[in-house]
Amino acid sequence: MNYEKEEFFAPGHGMCAGCAAPIIVRWVLKLAGPNTIVVNATGCLEVATTAYPRTSWRVPWMHVAFENAAAAASGIEAAAKVKGEKLNIIAFGGDGGTADIGFQALSGMVERGHNVLYVLYDNEAYMNTGIQRSGATPWGAWTTTSKVGNANPIGKLEPKKPMARIIAAHNAKYVATANPAFFQDFKKKVQKALSYEGPKFLHVISSCTTGWRHDPSKTIEIMKLATDTGLFPLWEVIDGDLENMRITYKPKKFKPIEEYLKPQGRFRHLLKNPEYVKKIQEQIDAWWAKYGHHYHK
Amino acid sequence: MDVITRGAVIIEPGNSVENKTGTWRVFKPIINYEKCIRCMICWEFCPEPAILRYDDEETKKKTPAPKEALKRLPVVEIDYDYCKGCGICYNECPVKAIDFVKEEK
Amino acid sequence: MKVMIRGNESIAYAFKLARVKVIPAYPITPSTLVPEKISEFIANGEMDAEFVTVESEHSAISAAIGASAHGVRVGTATASQGLALMHEVLFIASGMRLPIVMGIGNRALSAPINIWCDHQDMMAERDTGWMQFYAESNQEGLDLGIMAYRIAEDERILLPAMVGIDAFVLTHTVEPVELPEQKDVDDFIGEFVPHYVTLDPEKPATLGSFGFPEHYMEFKYGQWIAMERAKKVIDEVFQEFEERFGRKYKRVYPEFMEDAEIVLITMGSMTSTTREFVRRLRAQGKKVGLLKLTTFRPFPKEELKALLKDVKVAAVVERNISFGFGGAVYGELAATFANEERKPRILDFIVGLGGRDITFKTLEEVVKIAEKAEKGEDVDEVNWIDVNKEAVLKAEGLL
Repeated sequence: MNYEKEEFFAPGHGMCAGCAAPIIVRWVLKLAGPNTIVVNATGCLEVATTAYPRTSWRVPWMHVAFENAAAAASGIEAAAKVKGEKLNIIAFGGDGGTADIGFQALSGMVERGHNVLYVLYDNEAYMNTGIQRSGATPWGAWTTTSKVGNANPIGKLEPKKPMARIIAAHNAKYVATANPAFFQDFKKKVQKALSYEGPKFLHVISSCTTGWRHDPSKTIEIMKLATDTGLFPLWEVIDGDLENMRITYKPKKFKPIEEYLKPQGRFRHLLKNPEYVKKIQEQIDAWWAKYGHHYHK
Repeated sequence: MDVITRGAVIIEPGNSVENKTGTWRVFKPIINYEKCIRCMICWEFCPEPAILRYDDEETKKKTPAPKEALKRLPVVEIDYDYCKGCGICYNECPVKAIDFVKEEK
Repeated sequence: MKVMIRGNESIAYAFKLARVKVIPAYPITPSTLVPEKISEFIANGEMDAEFVTVESEHSAISAAIGASAHGVRVGTATASQGLALMHEVLFIASGMRLPIVMGIGNRALSAPINIWCDHQDMMAERDTGWMQFYAESNQEGLDLGIMAYRIAEDERILLPAMVGIDAFVLTHTVEPVELPEQKDVDDFIGEFVPHYVTLDPEKPATLGSFGFPEHYMEFKYGQWIAMERAKKVIDEVFQEFEERFGRKYKRVYPEFMEDAEIVLITMGSMTSTTREFVRRLRAQGKKVGLLKLTTFRPFPKEELKALLKDVKVAAVVERNISFGFGGAVYGELAATFANEERKPRILDFIVGLGGRDITFKTLEEVVKIAEKAEKGEDVDEVNWIDVNKEAVLKAEGLL
C-alpha cells in the first residue's frame, strides 16, 4: 500500500521554521506506513513534537532518554518477536544521541542484529541544548563549545566521526548516507532499508537554520550543496561489504567548497583564511580520489 | 481543566494541530496558480507540513493552471494556520510560482 | 515441588513461573546466574521468551522499558554498579508507570570495588519510585518475585518493583525452596493484561512526552498516590498468597514483640541470624523483639508507629550508609516518629558493609549499646559496629 499522500506527522509542532528534520521524518513515516512504532532519542525532534498534552505523531511513539533509543528499540523488537508481530520499528536520533552518548546502545543493537531501522538526522551539533559540538560536527565549524577566537581561529579541531562507515563495519544489513535534497535517492534508500530484515542505518544530513546560521529558506539548497561539493557523498553498503560500497550519486561537476561554506554563519571565520578552505577541499578531493571508483552509472 | 494521564501519555494522535503555528510568520508565501506547474516539490519539502494537497477531480479542474494539460495533476494549497514562513517552498519552486511577501499584521 | 536452589535461581524461577516474555539482562556479580539460568530455560524449551543480551545494564533497563511499553511482561536482574548505572532510567520507568520487575543481588558499591553483600545498591535507588522488597531467604526471593508481578501490574499501582536477595549469602547459597505449580501461579498472577497505554499501531499514542512545569508535578503526584495505594494492594496480595500457598508475608514482620523493650529492626538475610540471637536473649529473660522489613518502599510508617510506639529502644541494624547523615532505615524511622507523642529512642547500627559477616558478636555489641540507651545513658545515635576504628583514624591523620 502506498501511504505517500497521508500525513503521519502533524503540523503545530515547535521545530524551527525551515528545519530539515521534520522533512526527513514526514517522508520516512510515509514510506513506512502506519504499521510502525517509533522510538526517539532526546533532542530537538523529541522535545519540539511532544510537549504534553500535544503530540505531532500519528504513529505509536516513545521517548525514553538521550542515549538509549537503540536499546529501547531493541526491547520493542524483542517484544514484537515474542508476540509474532510484523511491524516497522524505527529509531530517530540526532547526532548527539547517536554518534556520542547514544553510540554504545546503537553499536549493541546492530551487533545483536535487531530488526530496527535507525535514522540519524545529523544536524552536526547538540542543537537542542544550544549548538554544542558533537563528534559529528565537521572540522572548522563554530559551535558554542568550539568557539572561534585569536587562540583558535578554526573552531572544531577534530574531524567528523564517520558514523555510517562505522555502522557498516558492524556488518549492519543496510547502511546508507542520504540527503533530503536528493529526494528520489533519499526515498529509494528509505524504502530499500525498510525492505530488509535486520539492523538498518540511514545517516541523513539535516541542515539547521539556527545552528548552521543560514537563511531558513535555503535549507534544501544548502543540503544540496553539501553533496554537490562532494562533502557529503551519497552511498550505500549492504551486509557490511564496504569494499563494494555503491556511490549512488556523483556530481557531474563538483562545486567548490566555498559555495557550501559561504551561506553558513558557522563557517564564516574559515572563509577569512584560504588555508582552511583549501584543507577542506583537499580532504574532499582525497576522499573522492580514494573512493570515487565506487560510482557506476 | 487540564487532563492528567498516568505516565504523561498522550492518546490523541496528532493533536498538535490545536497549536496554530501560523502566528510565527514574518514572511508569507503566496502561490500564483497561473504559474504553478503542480510539480509537488513545495509539498514534498514543507517541514510542518503546511501545504495541503488535493487529488480530487473537482479541485484539479477548477484551480487555474498555466496549461490545461497540467490539470490532471494534484493541486497544492498553503495552510496558513500552520505555515511558519520559512520560505523553503518559495526558494525551491522551479518556476518561481510562489511569492514571498511581508506578513501584514 | 521442593528443590535445592540458589537465590539467583529463585529469581529465574520466578520469571519462568510468571511467564515473563522478554528478559534483557547483563552479567554482574552476584546476579549473573539469573540471566544464565534464563538462557538455559529458553534453550531447553522450558521458557518461551526472548533473552536480549544487551551490552550494558543501562541498555538492559532501557530495553525493558521498550518491551514493557509494547505490552509484554518483562524482567531483569542486576546488582551494585549495574543498578547504579541504571539510575537515570529507573526514574523514567517509574514515571512512565511500567510494571517492570527486577531482581537485585544486593551488593556493595565501589569504591573500593567489592562484590559482597550490603544494601547500599538498592538503598541508593529508594527515591526512584520503584517498590522495594527485601528477601530473607531464597524462598522469599521466589515468592516475592512472583508476587511483585501481581502487585506491579495492578491497575491501582502500575509501578515497577525491585526484589533484593543478598549477595552470596542468598544468591549463591543453596537452600530448599518450595516451587509452586505452574498452573497455581497462572491462577494467582493471571495472564498479562497491560492496564496502561501501550505502543500499538491500532491506537497510536505518545509515551514519554515532555512535561512542562504546568503538568510535571501532577504526574509525580500520581506516582505518590500509586505508592500509597501499594500498601493496601501489597497486603491484599500477601494475604491471598498465604491462602493459596501457605506462606505468610507481612510488610513489617513482628516476632517476639509482646512486652518488648528493645526492638531490633532488620532487612534481608541477616534477619535469620538476628532471629536466633533474639530467641536466645528471650531465653535469658531479656525483653527483646524483632521486626523484619519486607517492604522498604512504600515505607511502612503506620505499621512501625503502631509496633514501636511503646518500645523503649528501636535499634535499627542496617547494611547501608548515607554519608553525612546515617543509615536510611534509621533516618526514615526517625522521621516516622518525629511528630509522635509516644516514641522509642531510635538508634542506628551500621553493620555488614561490603560483605562483613553479621554474627552474634556483632549483635551483642548492638544490644549492649541499646541497653545503655534503655537505662538513659548517653550513647551515639549512629554506631558503626565491628570496625577497626583505630586503623582508620590513623589513616585519616587523627591518631
